[in-house]
Amino acid sequence: MLRLEPRPAPSRLMVYLSPLLAMALMLVVGMVVFTILGQPPLKAFHAFFIEPINDWYGFGELLIKSSPLALIALGLAVGFRANIWNIGAEGQLIMGAIAAGGVALWLYETTSAWILLPLMFIAGALGGMFWASIPAFLRTRFNTSEILVSLMLVYVANLVLSWLIHGPWRDPDGYGFPQSKLFESSAILPIMLEGTRVHAGIFITVLALLAAGIFFRWSLIAFQMRVAGLAPKAALYAGFKQKKMVWLGLLAGGAAAGLAGTAEVAGPIGQLLIPISPGYGFAAIIVAFVGRLHPVGIVLASLLMALLYLGGESAQMQLALPAAVSGVFQGMLLFFLLATDVLIQFKLRWVPKASAGAV
Amino acid sequence: MDMNTLVLILAATVAAAIPLIFAALGELVVEKSGVLNLGVEGMMVVGAVFAFMTAAETGQLWLAVIVGALAGAGMALMFGFITLSLMANQVATGLALTIFGIGLSAFIGQGYTSVALDGLKEISIPVLSSLPIVGKLLFSYNILVYLAVVAFVGIWWFLYKSRAGLILRAVGESPSSAHALGYRVIRVRYLAVLFGGAMAGVGGAYLSIAYTPLWAEGMTAGRGWIALALVVFATWRPGRVLIGALLFGGVTIAQFHVQGLGVEIPSQFLSMLPYLATIIVLVLISRDAGVIRLNAPASLGQPWHNELH
Repeated sequence: MLRLEPRPAPSRLMVYLSPLLAMALMLVVGMVVFTILGQPPLKAFHAFFIEPINDWYGFGELLIKSSPLALIALGLAVGFRANIWNIGAEGQLIMGAIAAGGVALWLYETTSAWILLPLMFIAGALGGMFWASIPAFLRTRFNTSEILVSLMLVYVANLVLSWLIHGPWRDPDGYGFPQSKLFESSAILPIMLEGTRVHAGIFITVLALLAAGIFFRWSLIAFQMRVAGLAPKAALYAGFKQKKMVWLGLLAGGAAAGLAGTAEVAGPIGQLLIPISPGYGFAAIIVAFVGRLHPVGIVLASLLMALLYLGGESAQMQLALPAAVSGVFQGMLLFFLLATDVLIQFKLRWVPKASAGAV
Repeated sequence: MDMNTLVLILAATVAAAIPLIFAALGELVVEKSGVLNLGVEGMMVVGAVFAFMTAAETGQLWLAVIVGALAGAGMALMFGFITLSLMANQVATGLALTIFGIGLSAFIGQGYTSVALDGLKEISIPVLSSLPIVGKLLFSYNILVYLAVVAFVGIWWFLYKSRAGLILRAVGESPSSAHALGYRVIRVRYLAVLFGGAMAGVGGAYLSIAYTPLWAEGMTAGRGWIALALVVFATWRPGRVLIGALLFGGVTIAQFHVQGLGVEIPSQFLSMLPYLATIIVLVLISRDAGVIRLNAPASLGQPWHNELH
């Protein structure tokens, strides 16, 4: 029978190989599922993974979807590295969008894009940080689980948005639809690539990528947080400031999610409505893990996860499969990654049945 | 408010508390064995969709409950394999289970969103059910409500009065000692995880075939997460899980009645109540770090492998 044996030292190779292995397993199982559903696997593969990005426009869509995923995952990675589990990024994204949308509606046709857009992004980041500061405060002050609090606040944020677009911020000329009025053009991010919908929001992600790279590589607190994540006791003895880490870990995710929410409403959406995000805040958790909490890995993982979103939409149109198939693939990807990660610490060995009992 | 209204509100509170009782009691057993499964929401929603599909296709409601339990246990098996056999991080795996469960249920339930179902009916016991007040309050629920009571008594007895329950708690407090005494830590944890999954599945089934007999994407609406919070709130004691679940049932029902009383509050703010209440009770209970440390199973959330200890 197969047995797991501890390795003397963690395998560097498997650290890089396991995400690829997870992807391969996801593809194999996905193809099997397609076959069971009566779809020719190759046709399904083509519709899911090739069709969505085989033209310029599709490539643009890939960037549009990967940009918020990478941005949020970079922010979440700051906390995840220290075992600070902000899983409410979806709520922080919504709060950021509300704050940015509020600025856009408040300053409607009073100022230029050069002032309005930066103000919206500042408001968006602050909105996301505000929402993340609640679990941070409760965790540091009352020792309350940031997992459950941040998650509960997703539902609350959604209800706040629902109230705003049904009530005070509803477009009076919107035929009663629950949505705000369309933002003026100076509150909309310019298109960056001709023939696509890729907007300037992608620069925020690039900036965040550089900032995260520098932060993880050279800052002392990032190193301390890494230590706290890998060896909590060592961090405790070394006297690292636990509370500061919790605040930083949560606020980084909140700011990133708020910025992502801003880029959504100032980008492809152009108003406040429900839903603002197809679950980017949750999918970004998977991106952060599959990307190994490393900036470069996160960018690659965000492209893969964005492709899964597009593949779901394409499968709906071409194969008449529900678009929710994206979520199945995304969940599977994380499952397989967590499963194959065992090979970092352990190796598989074949042990003859007879001697297997004698441990 | 007259007596009749009060009785109706109390009965509705019980009905709203049942899915939380199933899911939280299941998770309680899981956590007592030292495993933290954050995938309750995912197991519940998958239980709900499988139960609904079974009920819609066969019309057999009891079969639907069993299928719901099996679906929840099936999800739990994946969690168990990855965290117990492959020793992955339990927090991340639990999250993956929830994300996967929400996607999977939306995927397979797509064709059932507008299907009508004759849900589970309230039982009617001759004489008892028609008693004034008591009849409505105690003897007029659907069968799953009584099953929840049976589950509660059974779990309480198992944990505190049976040898097997003692072993389970020993595994949760100190897996290495339990292993040294010759108990199969991983096997005990697998069984606990499977049981927790089945209970979450029944909780989901209750939602989709009894409470609101229909299927809607994400219909569990965070109840799995609230159940997780309830276990902490109850400081890992079954009796307090029951009380906590009834409190939450009350909060859920209160939002409908506040509006009925003519209070002018936008419905969204009332819908926030269960989520805000969850946060508040978590703060109240975890404020005192000693209470948590004293009551939480000592090995909660930590992977264990017999060759690493």
